Amino acid sequence: MNFVRRTEALPIAIFLVLALAPVAASFGAETYLLNLFTRVMIYGIAALALDFLCGYGGLVSFGHAAFVGIGAYTAAIFGAHGVSEIAITLPVALIVSALFAYLTGTVCLRTKSVYFIMITLAFGQMIYFVAGSLSPYGGDDGLTLKLRSTLFGFPILQNDRALYYAVLLFLLGSYLLLRAVVASRFGRVFRGSKENPTRMATIGFHVFSYQRVAYVIAGCLGGLSGFLLANATEFVSPSYMSWQRSGELIIMVLFGGIGTLHGAIVGAAAFLLLEDMLGGITENWKLIFGPMLVLIVLFARGGLLGLATSIKERLSRG
Amino acid sequence: MNKLLSSVAAVALLGTACTAQAQEKLKIGVVTTLSGPAAVLGQQLRNGLQLAIKDNGGKLGGREVELFVQDDELKPDVAVSKAKALIDRDKVDFVVGPIFSNILVAIMKPVTEGGAFLISPNAGTSNFAGKECNPNFFVTSYQNDQNHEVMGKYAQDAGMKKVFIMAPNYPAGKDSLAGFKRFFKGEVADEVYVPLNQLDYSAELSKIAASGSEAVFVFLPGGMGVNFVKQFRQAGLADKMKFLSAFTVDESTLPAQKEAALGFFGGANWAPDLDNAQNKKFVEGYQKEYNGAIPATYAFQSYDAGLLIDGALKAVGGKTDNKDALRAALEKAPFTSLRGNFKFGANHYPIQDFYQVKVVQVGDKFATSIDKKVFTDYTDPHAKDCKMK
Amino acid sequence: MSFTLLIVQTLNGLQFGVLLFLIAAGLTLVFGVMDFINLAHGVQYMLGAYLAVMFYALTGNFLIALVAALGAALLLGLLLEFTVFRHLYDRDHLEQVIATFGIILFLNQGVKVVWGAAPLSLPIPDMFAGTVVLSPGILYPVWRLMIIGSGLAVALILYLLVTRTRVGMLVRAGATHANIVSALGVDIRRLFMIVFGFGTMLAAFAGVMIAPILSVEPGMGDSVLILAFVVIVIGGIGSMRGAFIAALLIGLVDTLGRSFAIDILRLVMPPSPARTVGPAIASMLIYVLMALVLYFRPAGLFPAKGR
Repeated sequence: MNFVRRTEALPIAIFLVLALAPVAASFGAETYLLNLFTRVMIYGIAALALDFLCGYGGLVSFGHAAFVGIGAYTAAIFGAHGVSEIAITLPVALIVSALFAYLTGTVCLRTKSVYFIMITLAFGQMIYFVAGSLSPYGGDDGLTLKLRSTLFGFPILQNDRALYYAVLLFLLGSYLLLRAVVASRFGRVFRGSKENPTRMATIGFHVFSYQRVAYVIAGCLGGLSGFLLANATEFVSPSYMSWQRSGELIIMVLFGGIGTLHGAIVGAAAFLLLEDMLGGITENWKLIFGPMLVLIVLFARGGLLGLATSIKERLSRG
Repeated sequence: MNKLLSSVAAVALLGTACTAQAQEKLKIGVVTTLSGPAAVLGQQLRNGLQLAIKDNGGKLGGREVELFVQDDELKPDVAVSKAKALIDRDKVDFVVGPIFSNILVAIMKPVTEGGAFLISPNAGTSNFAGKECNPNFFVTSYQNDQNHEVMGKYAQDAGMKKVFIMAPNYPAGKDSLAGFKRFFKGEVADEVYVPLNQLDYSAELSKIAASGSEAVFVFLPGGMGVNFVKQFRQAGLADKMKFLSAFTVDESTLPAQKEAALGFFGGANWAPDLDNAQNKKFVEGYQKEYNGAIPATYAFQSYDAGLLIDGALKAVGGKTDNKDALRAALEKAPFTSLRGNFKFGANHYPIQDFYQVKVVQVGDKFATSIDKKVFTDYTDPHAKDCKMK
Repeated sequence: MSFTLLIVQTLNGLQFGVLLFLIAAGLTLVFGVMDFINLAHGVQYMLGAYLAVMFYALTGNFLIALVAALGAALLLGLLLEFTVFRHLYDRDHLEQVIATFGIILFLNQGVKVVWGAAPLSLPIPDMFAGTVVLSPGILYPVWRLMIIGSGLAVALILYLLVTRTRVGMLVRAGATHANIVSALGVDIRRLFMIVFGFGTMLAAFAGVMIAPILSVEPGMGDSVLILAFVVIVIGGIGSMRGAFIAALLIGLVDTLGRSFAIDILRLVMPPSPARTVGPAIASMLIYVLMALVLYFRPAGLFPAKGR
């Protein structure tokens, strides 16, 4: 009982902090802080999806930024044609992401381990080059959104705070959805496919189709995150789907602690806040950030959450 | 916490010291590229502005200056977030930057709608020169097409029959070749678009050699240009055809290109040896301040941006609260540009002279040198689409 | 699309392929024998180039610069192996990726701090500075032929080392059955050190050889690294033969694709869209190739047996 409460405590705390952050921000540089945390939550959604794939299914995708890009470009391309209605654009963004995930998943999931990493990278690069060649939509320069998405004609996201809470709701929704999926019968098979695919196959599960459904779910959430990102920055560009971005998403997942879901949110926050803070200290912030990554891998197994747990254990042991 | 205290302090001060604004520091944000291969361009931008402030005794428009330099990492969304931070957290009155057009497109909205003036010391895209021109946006460089037009005009005037043209496959690259063709009416042997940041040009060089052109015109900024120039020389093409370019051989790339670029041509609005006393002082000062590096156009245009801010602020008594008055002052361009002739068109882009420049050796260094004036008081071709005034 | 142009482009493709092979060879060895994904391998290539520029500035002699750069790169590589990589061998791939990515960030920035952000260059040694006439009017730089020649020579040496020597035998055995090799009493740590050091030198050698052609700048190893990974995945991880064939394949496909994609597209569509679509398709080609190969052969063209 105690155990359950303790594992629940952290996610609850995370969402409470996120819910109250705008209140605290209103005392400081409000729009800047809102903007920063909105980005944190948006990348949090993408990182959640990736954690679901890596942490529970052992599927390390090095092309997850492609979905972010697809979502963002759907919003922007509709916007360029004067359609900014969420009731139309969001479902389309999700469907396109799902389709892309289904098609590429069918190919990628034939391969394993490192080959899977590389083939997802290949598809990520392809979609990156496609976006760069969309000259009517800015090509490599990207495209500015005229206005943020509207719901039934109302510009509900125009206000930064409204956007913040909308993103928070989507993050909470994604988190709860993935938790439910992980705990379900489907999720148990999916997790089993990571531990021992042969056994799962012998028991009679068609592992491939389970993995593909999971891949589609993760792809949709990536698309959602991209859709929100386009609205937050009011700008899209192919750099949203470069392989460096996919790498950053993996870092976020590992940073927070893989296979915990809420760790991905912590990781996204830690990554983006560190980038922002260190960037403010010195232009050579990567000299600090690089070794930090190494140290975290070497000494903090299980990421920041793992580090926190082991410190707590050591303290309580006395 | 700091921020909180300082804003409390600011509120307290407001009550007592409304007139003391002239003593308050002038806040200027800089958005520039300081990481990755293009960092050298971004550093020139930052250095130029810093030098302008230093030469003015640490002040612009009579006010002490506080600079907030941000690295856009050449990622548009990072740039947006940093620009918002400058506006909202640091409360800057001016943002100077960026180097790259895609970053400019990204930060335009957050900066100008956030109430600051955006002054671009380099990127000058066609959309903001024409239909989307913006009252709070000023350019101290050029419109992106213009340097390419200089080369097109030159090739046309020199009576060249056949030219091979090449640029990276992104919007500025397309504008570049379009600009060249606007004035060059001879035969274009081939029009090639290479992927952005391509390093090896072996494939293209063979095509150039086989094309039998009199000249090649390329727009390959930064590291791309370094690679291309070296490989062009190595392929033995330098003796067979003329090398025309824009943003490809300049003081930021010459330290790596060295002899390989000698005698190559570029189109520009300035060169370090442009003959006026103020420019001479600037070039010497820059070399002294930054380890003997010769300034490139990025540094000079950014220096001019500093002078522009200085002149306009002086005209309004150092006050930034009346945006309309400040805008009117900026529009008059009340400063002496290092390039001499300078005024703003209705779209806030410069009307200026353009030159054909040539790479020469200066002591043990290499620099561009004015070869021939190609345009006088030239307005960019998009200005007519701008409805502002 | 003349015949001579095709020949020149094929040579260019070979030169690029050989360069990729030099980098991929070390990567696939390290990966195959130690099961260690080393993203920092591309940084070794960059360091090789920078060190060569530095030693050339000091000595003015290309050969000395080459040797000194290789030595220094080896030392730096071993230092990294000793302080960081050694602790990563028994971690999972994801952790290796992150830690070595951290090293990339650090060294890319470090190089910028030490040598500045501006691109640097290394002149071609005078002996090889000229061009050869392939056919009237078509010249080809001697240095590019040198790269092809030295790369092929390295490939041959590697082949002999792997197939004819005891260390080579251990490497082959280690690629498939590392724990058994270890159980037979071979000092696997020492074997790892040798393999790692060798891979580092190969990458640095590639960096030195390409420095006269490309600008030497921070981050120059990143794009090459991704391509090298594409190569070893297509070739089959741990397979030297696979890496060699895949490297040449990628080099040729990329170079020929870039030069002829637009011409081919022009046959089926008007010139202006062909110009827009062509470069995008050309950039995608190698990734399409990789996806196709992996679809039909999920473990690459020459999968190391036993895994």
